[in-house]
Amino acid sequence: MAEMWLNMGPQHPMTHGLWNLRVKVDGETMTEAEPVIGYLHRGWEKITENRKFTQIIPMADRLCYGASMSWSHLYCLTMENLMEVEVPERAKWIRTIVLEAQRIGSHLMWLAALGTDLGSYTVFLYPVRERELFLDLMQNLCGARMTYNYPRIGGVRNDVPANFERDFTRVLNHFEKRLTDYEALCDQSTIFRMRMEDVGYLSAEKAKNLGVTGPNLRGSGVDYDVRRDDPYEMYDQVDWKVCVEKTCDAYARYRVKMDEMRESCNIIRQCIKRMKPGAIRVKPPRTAPKGKTGWAHVEDPRGEGFMYVIGNGDDRPYRLKVRSPIFVTVSAAPEMLVGYKIADVPAIMGSVDMCLGETDR
Amino acid sequence: MERIGLAPGGKTGEVLAQDIAQKFPQLVTITKATHNRLYAKVDKAALVPLCSYMKDNLDFEHVTCVGGVDWLEEKKMQVVYHITSYANKVTAELVVDLPRDQPEVDSITPLWGGANWHERETWDMFGIVFVGHPKLERLLNPAGTEVFPFRKDFVSGRRV
Amino acid sequence: MIQNGLYDFIYGIALWLMQVVAWFFNNVLSWYGFGSWLVSPGVLEFLTTLLVALVVFIVGFLVSITFIWEERKILGRLMDRRGTQVGFLGLFQNFADGLKTFIKEHIIPDEVDKQLFNLAPVLLIAMSCLMICLIPIGPDFYMANLSAGLLLVFAIFSLAPFAILMAGWSSNNKYTVMGGMRAAAQLIAYEVPILLSVAGVVVLVGSLNFMDIVAFQQENIWLVVPLFLGALVFFIGVIAEVERIPFDLPEAEAELVEGWMTEYGGFRWGLIMLSEYVRGFAACGVLVLIFLGGWAGPDFIWPEVWFLIKMFLVFALFIWVRGALMRVTTKQILGLGWTKLMPLALINLGIAIALRMGGWL
Repeated sequence: MAEMWLNMGPQHPMTHGLWNLRVKVDGETMTEAEPVIGYLHRGWEKITENRKFTQIIPMADRLCYGASMSWSHLYCLTMENLMEVEVPERAKWIRTIVLEAQRIGSHLMWLAALGTDLGSYTVFLYPVRERELFLDLMQNLCGARMTYNYPRIGGVRNDVPANFERDFTRVLNHFEKRLTDYEALCDQSTIFRMRMEDVGYLSAEKAKNLGVTGPNLRGSGVDYDVRRDDPYEMYDQVDWKVCVEKTCDAYARYRVKMDEMRESCNIIRQCIKRMKPGAIRVKPPRTAPKGKTGWAHVEDPRGEGFMYVIGNGDDRPYRLKVRSPIFVTVSAAPEMLVGYKIADVPAIMGSVDMCLGETDR
Repeated sequence: MERIGLAPGGKTGEVLAQDIAQKFPQLVTITKATHNRLYAKVDKAALVPLCSYMKDNLDFEHVTCVGGVDWLEEKKMQVVYHITSYANKVTAELVVDLPRDQPEVDSITPLWGGANWHERETWDMFGIVFVGHPKLERLLNPAGTEVFPFRKDFVSGRRV
Repeated sequence: MIQNGLYDFIYGIALWLMQVVAWFFNNVLSWYGFGSWLVSPGVLEFLTTLLVALVVFIVGFLVSITFIWEERKILGRLMDRRGTQVGFLGLFQNFADGLKTFIKEHIIPDEVDKQLFNLAPVLLIAMSCLMICLIPIGPDFYMANLSAGLLLVFAIFSLAPFAILMAGWSSNNKYTVMGGMRAAAQLIAYEVPILLSVAGVVVLVGSLNFMDIVAFQQENIWLVVPLFLGALVFFIGVIAEVERIPFDLPEAEAELVEGWMTEYGGFRWGLIMLSEYVRGFAACGVLVLIFLGGWAGPDFIWPEVWFLIKMFLVFALFIWVRGALMRVTTKQILGLGWTKLMPLALINLGIAIALRMGGWL
């Protein structure tokens, strides 16, 4: 068959959002690939220049529907660096807990999407069922299920509700059993292994050079995690390990995310144990000095999230720059895709965990 | 509890800052350096030599971010690079000032592929030209857009 | 010539009806010749054959629809949800869906090859319905009793990829062409092992007639016991034959949108989906007939009921496989077919020949 360009997207079941993967295929083998994004571009960074600092927090939630807590937290962390605000210890513990709960929720959504990509609706429904528990916990905490508006500059909005620790412990105990179920359904399935192993190879050098971050980078065997190597909140106070896989393929990226969910449970348990009563919020300044800059980077569920902010002398930012992890990872997609078959596209792109809200901003 | 952030055999930000200051005495100004942070103002002529040096000799493997800033009153543009070293666990912030009427800077995409889309987006939004970039085309805006929407003289909400 | 209870029963009804009509013509209109022609054996046989076909078709159709219901309910349970809820036990959902597809607009895209585009679903549905009349449900309930019925069923089965390729090509869409090509490629992988595993049955029984095969099993033993390997190969093969997960490559929705039926909508799509279950009916029917003893079973209920019970159980296995597994790729199904199923089918054939030569069965 002659070579032809194939537009996978913007309306395509593989895309999980609104983007377009243009691939050149020879028969079913891909010889070129070109991701096209921008369908969801809202001018987020420009809008924030006309909003007050506090008004930006709920907007930051909307950057990614799957991991909204980590984005509003990243914004608050950046503003704290800009304004040099020190957050009370209890707020830091609470933030660490909700961030890890958010990571589990986001990874569960990724696993569900991977299930439909590979044609197993069961693997879609089981993680979604367990994600509901984490959404319930979040709802109990801050009243919202997806866009939380919970972190504040200088702390968090409210203290934890009654029975917070009991509920979290119960959910985690239940969830860890279920995690074994997923592994029985995926890892022990020969077909799953056949689909995921030895596709989407991304070497460690390429991954570092192309700016791939987060679980996808660790799947390529690079031992780097912002939570450990540039600690924020309470990650340097708890005992946990960074999950790294050496095989550099789609299966390694899958394994890293699965292990991270276990590790997140571990972190949450420790945080719950060590959380002490105290203040949850300090009052931040209302304005930021003109020309002063601040930045922060965190380990988003999808990679390294980064924000860079410049003060304007009033209560609005002069410039707020967002670095989205998937924005860079998707630019590395051709490296992972070329040479494989069309049928491997869902496995490869599914293992990357796309989120278009943050990519297009 | 001991600080986990420091790599065992790595160099701290202060050491790296001294190294860079010795290598590029005139064109690079180190504004601040802590154990895991490095802030520098870089002349645009020295950007690519500095980055090559950082990549080859100081183990900076990863471009975290490349972003533009439009300083309308000062009549200048800025490109802000954040470059991370996985080995040393140091993040460097390099700021390059450009004249606003002719914003041009050499591309660092040949060094780090991760800067590719960041530079493309910065051109898309600010019109800062990255010389040597492989594909400087519209990324987030539709092809054929004639304005650079993130510049400060672009009025938000106006019809393009 | 059909000779069974169903035929006799319907012959009796037709005779009675025709006598009434003939009385009307003879005594009211005084058209004596026409009246006696109506009750002549030739006319009655023709009419009875049509009525038998109608009854067999309706039964097959209803069983197929019940298959859909069974799939939805069992799959729902496997996935920890409830399945269909409309009507008693959710039985009416399929009728509601059928009505929905029926009242939808017929969309024929501009660029398609209109004759082939319209012809392909007709061919596919006709071939599927043709198989209903070749599957005997009981000793007294069938449409045709051909001496080479088994062979004809497989001939019709293997025609379907031709219609799929036609549909894919005429739709003038890259995804549909790929789906059609995959259907053709897949045919090579599963058809040979299936026919080889059936050859074992034919060697033992010495006949291609379903009645003989069932009679042989009633006298001796269900063939699944001596020819277990053959039954296994056949089971895997027919899953590929009816294009169900894990072998639904031609319509892999994750990478090919909906595969070869991307451009079909409304009632055409509804009928294509229904015809898949009709093919599932035929596949389960053949499996039950040649390996599970057909309608053999204790006498306290009718043999037809035994047959249907076995069919539903076999289809439940299909559903289980679908709930547990993911989709394979073209390369993998070809590898599976040629390197795993072929040797197993050959071993099975060897066992059958040994049993025959040794005179044990």
